Amino acid sequence: MDLIAEITIAFCLVVSGIFGLVGSFGLIRLDQPMQRLHAPTKATTLGVGGALVASMLWFAVFGEGFSFHELLITLFLFLTAPVTAFFIAKAHLHTSVDRAELPPTGTAHDWSVFEDPGDPELPGEPRR
Amino acid sequence: MLGRLVPHPVLTLTLTVVWVMLINDVSAGTVAFGLILGLVIPVITAPYWPNRPRIASLPRIAEYALVVLWDIVLANIQVAAIILFRPKARIRTHWVTVPLDLTSPEAITVLAGTITMTPGTVSSDLSADGRALLVHCLDTADPEATAQGIKMRYERRLSPSPSAATPWGFCARSGGWCARPGWATGCWRSTPW
Repeated sequence: MDLIAEITIAFCLVVSGIFGLVGSFGLIRLDQPMQRLHAPTKATTLGVGGALVASMLWFAVFGEGFSFHELLITLFLFLTAPVTAFFIAKAHLHTSVDRAELPPTGTAHDWSVFEDPGDPELPGEPRR
Repeated sequence: MLGRLVPHPVLTLTLTVVWVMLINDVSAGTVAFGLILGLVIPVITAPYWPNRPRIASLPRIAEYALVVLWDIVLANIQVAAIILFRPKARIRTHWVTVPLDLTSPEAITVLAGTITMTPGTVSSDLSADGRALLVHCLDTADPEATAQGIKMRYERRLSPSPSAATPWGFCARSGGWCARPGWATGCWRSTPW
């Protein structure tokens, strides 16, 4: 039983290490800033996830019992990671992307980077 | 009276559970203090919550969470393979417009977060009227199909009335996937959805 748990934990840690490494490697390998954003937000998800699963298993089998902290870390990570990525993407759009590079919205209004979204109380009625 | 005391029952429950998990100890004392936090914090922050988000059925939330977790694992492997083995010149990066049928801000937030968490796609902007999402795709052969895939897989599961978008499948007339009711009897669109 202990051996199976140890093998599983070791496997999770190795997977986590590989994905963390690949994510960081992607950061230096890819060229465009938007492409670079993919590597750390992505590959790292599984990198952190693997470490958390390993930690949870270790505390459940060898430690002082089941630990909730890893679940909370997962929850907070899933809440904050998209917001960070969105801010970085938005900042990039504001500073160094030309409108011509982006596809049309397909609606009557432009992307919010290029058009004032207006009063949030009135969706679809942007201030000009 | 009860409504004023507990303006957000789900928030109260969430705060209590998160507190118990933070302390990592399920005992009467922890639950009691968590409950105090769960009762006080929603009352203090009530002015900042314009309206209470409607919670859809729990099985649908569980299904959504499982689908997203599975996709995160799968797509992580795909992105890792692209980073490691694909020559830089052959990475087909595209901007993709995803037209939205969702209208509730909470649902759009969840969809945008999901798109970012599933590897290969990052949601970058929303149109000024909130009817379209700008998504950056690391590698896609067909941007149109990617947008439709996002609509099929995630947006359909978040829509408040699943029946409006559920009947979907292969449309013989258009030769593509169809997300509109009536696909079996005849597609309304000449182009595949």
